[in-house]
Amino acid sequence: MIVADRKPIQEILEMVKDCKKVLIVGCKGCVTVCNVGGSKEVGVLAATLKIAFKKEEISIEMDEKTLERQCDPEYVDQLKDMVDDYDGIISMACGVGPQFLSAAYPEQRFFPAVNTTFFGGAVGHGIWEERCAGCGTCVIHYFDGMCPIARCSKSLLNGPCGGSADGKCEISKDLECIWDMIVRKKMEHGRIDDLLEMKPAKDWQTARDGGPRKSVREELANE
Amino acid sequence: MRLSYPTNITIIQVPCTGRVDIIHLLNAIEDGADGVYVAGCLEGECHYMTGNLKAKKRVRYVKKVLEELGIEPERVEMFNLSAGEGPRFAEIAREMDKRIRELGPSPINNLKKAV
Ligand code: SF4
Ligand code: SF4
Repeated sequence: MIVADRKPIQEILEMVKDCKKVLIVGCKGCVTVCNVGGSKEVGVLAATLKIAFKKEEISIEMDEKTLERQCDPEYVDQLKDMVDDYDGIISMACGVGPQFLSAAYPEQRFFPAVNTTFFGGAVGHGIWEERCAGCGTCVIHYFDGMCPIARCSKSLLNGPCGGSADGKCEISKDLECIWDMIVRKKMEHGRIDDLLEMKPAKDWQTARDGGPRKSVREELANE
Repeated sequence: MRLSYPTNITIIQVPCTGRVDIIHLLNAIEDGADGVYVAGCLEGECHYMTGNLKAKKRVRYVKKVLEELGIEPERVEMFNLSAGEGPRFAEIAREMDKRIRELGPSPINNLKKAV
């Protein structure tokens, strides 16, 4: 899923400081699963903002709404009867959400309440880690199911680098060196010879380096 | 056992402090409470295993939120005591009452007065 973190409250307050009536829109997709932008978090943000405004003796009206998803026009459409009632709308979805909303309702202003960080998963309760960098050409089968693009600090295809020590990456003692893990797993399973084969430089054109990407499925597309 | 504790305290009973969520604490502050505290069972003695530990983390979160907003985090607190400790319950109530009196009214109530 897409993982995000709530922005600091002061940053959000700055965005809506001139608004008298604000709508906070959550999303039931990824941000609900990573506990950052679902209906529960919408409620917490609304209460926090109300406290902040009351403290400054400013009266503000705040409504809450959570869409099935903010990255699908059919759900974005559900805001159409209410979108004009507000001075500003805060989106708690990943960065995709406020962009879909802005495109659908050009007259309205949308503010992102979260910082979208990575594609990953929960490794424990309340802890998420990055697993994929969306490179567009998956190669994890060469590395026993571990992605060195997303999980090696240098995205090395032929690792580890000289900085790997005691299983940790040289950038931080808290970070596993994924190449250490790849090598260990290969050794454990008698596949270490796989690593004798040099991996050539990756074609990054399918990644962000090739410009913004688009996926068209002829069998589904209307046009 | 009839024990007296400050009458300005409103008690909201829940089956377990694990039921107390961040939003409940925030709503209390938002609605003008000068302080709010959670009285849970002793750590390690939760009937539902970890309810009071969850409550502790949520209280900590709300303290952080208040701090970010420039409101004294001491207005929110977590206490642990066993169900048999009536006198301790009254003592905590007085302790919290004293603390809040020292802090004064919540800055949230300024708007109400102004209107
Ligand atoms: S190789 Fe590319 S697509 Fe596969 S997990 Fe890594 S970043 Fe994601
Ligand atoms: S120490 Fe390991 S994870 Fe860190 S950059 Fe080097 S190979 Fe990559």
